[in-house]
Amino acid sequence: MTLFPRVLPQPTITLGIMGLWMVLAPSASLGNLLLAVILGVSIPWITRSFWPDRPYLARPLTGIVLFVRVVGDIIVASWEVARLVVGPLDRLKPAFIDVPIEIDDPFVATLLASIVSLTPGTVSVDIDRAAGILNVHALNVADEAEMIAAIKRRYEAPLKRVFGC
Amino acid sequence: MIVDIVISLLILVGATFALVGSIGLARLPDFFTRLHGPTKATTLGVGSVVIASLIHSGAATGGVSLRELAISLFLFITAPVSAHLLAKAALKTRANRSAKP
Amino acid sequence: MLNFVIPVALAMLAIAMGLNLLRLVKGPSTPDRILALDTLTINTIAVVMLIGITASSAAYFEAALLIAMMGFIGTVALCKFLLGGDIIE
Repeated sequence: MTLFPRVLPQPTITLGIMGLWMVLAPSASLGNLLLAVILGVSIPWITRSFWPDRPYLARPLTGIVLFVRVVGDIIVASWEVARLVVGPLDRLKPAFIDVPIEIDDPFVATLLASIVSLTPGTVSVDIDRAAGILNVHALNVADEAEMIAAIKRRYEAPLKRVFGC
Repeated sequence: MIVDIVISLLILVGATFALVGSIGLARLPDFFTRLHGPTKATTLGVGSVVIASLIHSGAATGGVSLRELAISLFLFITAPVSAHLLAKAALKTRANRSAKP
Repeated sequence: MLNFVIPVALAMLAIAMGLNLLRLVKGPSTPDRILALDTLTINTIAVVMLIGITASSAAYFEAALLIAMMGFIGTVALCKFLLGGDIIE
């Protein structure tokens, strides 16, 4: 088991590279599989010193629930944006909002920022991890406190549970 | 036949969302509101056109082809990243402009 | 059915790309233009995929993937340039 992290420092990325190679390869031949294994093992090994410590996936099931919810929210978000864009513009109330976040891990914080960018009416602009603030631009703010609470409840709390932090 | 209807629906919905995203880009008043259209609507629109293509090639060959899924996934991973960088760049250029007399 | 739907979708995408071009020319700021270029590439992917469906050829897939990658890298490089004046730190 001590050999495992030395030879395969990033098992998820190894699997990702192998999967992607097999999907993109024109045929699923033995040669391509061999090449996928070689690339999947060598690329994470060569770049190992650049990877930050990945957080531990504590609850994969909650992760799947969150993933489904985010996919649903992306569709709702696009519908919402579509309505706002086609409708009258003078009713829009765009604003910058500071959302206080309690996530220290850079990877999880990036994940949260990406989810916020893809979901209803918000794009993340800046993360200040030292101060614990995620600066968000919202297209139409009806109730600022409610919006902050929604981001924290729908995405931050499940993310913290998934990665156990 | 059903496959054809599903593909057509996905293509039409996708093209509509792509168009709406671009309308937002052309119509909204300032940069940060413009950022919303392309990051969400256009990404979803093009994603669904790509998935339509996936179903089409899967139905044509009789097998499952996941190659198009790679494009969709790539678009959904990169859209927030470029939106974030664009927002940062816009904040910086705005700060530079207001710093000048 | 597809013979009818694909030209309609292509027309919608053409209008979308025209609007992107309008924003690209009008600006007013540089980030606006970069955003317009980024949206233009994303719409191009949709056009290439639709042409791929009509032609029933797998070759268009590679083109779309390449456009997606080049578009993203171009956007990141341009934003980096605006942020620091340097693309590689």
